[in-house]
Amino acid sequence: MTLVNAIVQGIFLGAFYAVLACGLSIMFGVMRIINLAHGDIAVFGAYLTFVVVDHTGAPALVAFAAALPVMLVLGYILQITVLERSLKAGLLTPLLATFGLSIVIQNLLLIAFSPDVRSLGPAAGALTTASWHVTSELSFSALGVVVLAVAIVVFGALQLFLSRTRAGWAMRATAEDADAAELVGIDSRSVYARATAIAVAIAALGGLFLAIRSVFDPISGPTQLIFAFEAVVIGGMGSLWGTLLGGIALGLAQTLGAEIQPQFAVLAGHLLFLAVLIVRFGGARLTLRVAR
Amino acid sequence: MEAGPATVLAAVGVQKRFGALTVLDGVHLALTQGEAIGIVGPNGAGKTTLLNVLAGSLRPEAGSVVFRGRDITPKDAADRCQLGIARTHQVPRPFTGMTVFENVFVGATAGGGRSGSSAYDVSLEVLDQCALTHLANRRAEDLGLLQRKRLELARALAVGPAVLLLDEIGGGLTDAESAALVETIASLRDRGIAVLWIEHIVHVLMQVVTRLVCMDAGRIIAEGAPEAVVAQAAVIDAYLGTRA
Repeated sequence: MTLVNAIVQGIFLGAFYAVLACGLSIMFGVMRIINLAHGDIAVFGAYLTFVVVDHTGAPALVAFAAALPVMLVLGYILQITVLERSLKAGLLTPLLATFGLSIVIQNLLLIAFSPDVRSLGPAAGALTTASWHVTSELSFSALGVVVLAVAIVVFGALQLFLSRTRAGWAMRATAEDADAAELVGIDSRSVYARATAIAVAIAALGGLFLAIRSVFDPISGPTQLIFAFEAVVIGGMGSLWGTLLGGIALGLAQTLGAEIQPQFAVLAGHLLFLAVLIVRFGGARLTLRVAR
Repeated sequence: MEAGPATVLAAVGVQKRFGALTVLDGVHLALTQGEAIGIVGPNGAGKTTLLNVLAGSLRPEAGSVVFRGRDITPKDAADRCQLGIARTHQVPRPFTGMTVFENVFVGATAGGGRSGSSAYDVSLEVLDQCALTHLANRRAEDLGLLQRKRLELARALAVGPAVLLLDEIGGGLTDAESAALVETIASLRDRGIAVLWIEHIVHVLMQVVTRLVCMDAGRIIAEGAPEAVVAQAAVIDAYLGTRA
């Protein structure tokens, strides 16, 4: 029964990683940008929600609804001001630009909020603590169920957007071949800006869940980036449903690892990531060269 | 070259350089409504570059591109497509992860500005016209080269273009296929679409075009009635490469 519980908790944790990774996957899939500031953007979103809670006393989810449009606009602006220019300069420049952005966000948050650890747990009320105990060893936390449901809704909505709407088709066309898309009248500039806006908004959702389930501080971003990145790679880069499955695989690896030994949790996730990297991206190159 | 009232698209003194290499050296060309111009010339003559400049994929260093009397030189490819300038690529570039229908539909909506059932109808119409209806729900990556070429044309037509820029869509076709292609292009021309067609296969081109242009080394070296241009020794030399 502990094993079943570990699997259930792993799926819940994985759904959280999938939400966190979703925006990263979108930006890589549409623009081939690896956004190294993704984790910091998620944490920034958590702080924005925190500010709203702090000033109005609103519950965390209501405060997040207020922060969401701001994040959408910020994402749009980020694309047309910073990323669009960097994209013109080749593949490496966007990577460096987002790395710089990561440092800038962390330091701005440090100045604004001090290095103190915060949490949105109290502001989320019963969502943080409620759970259903099925047996003494198997329980479903309310937050876990909500995160899993939200993850499925977010990925499902994106799937519908991409497969059923004009804007979604334009986005897929641009993702495949931006120049050819321009020649059938698609303004790739605005498609990219929309993609980043969506990615940033979903990152903020990941930040919200992070802030409710545990604590965050101005330098929490890079750790979240690593989990998100691992989920994207495990799921096959740029594939939407793959990212959801990749997140869940990562979550499962961590909780099952913790069953073996509690300290082994995060390492087990990294090992899965490493195994996928070796299998998928040419293990031959990782062969050791033995000097004679 | 004067841009007359019926001129749809014109290149006016277009110059394009890639580094030290001058690829287009003051090209003047005007395309009138319902006209089909063929462009021939040796490799490296600047034919595709001219098409890229007209379509907005490349910016000229000097000169301008005029569409219906408006200078559209600063406009990008997407804007020009929405104005009604569509092109095909020499090597087809379908959106491989999307179905044939989706490929065409994107052209009808984004480029043609259509929505709802009107976009749907146009998509079906051009699929029918390009003999792709039976493949509508197949992913474009499953198509062979000839079908990709047809899709390339269908996607450009879905835009509802006033000007169609074609880059070697006839290459590799059998006689029957090129006869069908000629028929399609001729019917487009007769519907009032201005066609600019680059093609190496001169005898195919001759069946459709009302005017033939020969380019060499970034210049137009001969222009006029197809038979007259073909007859010119300069053209034959340039094209067949008999010059030392």
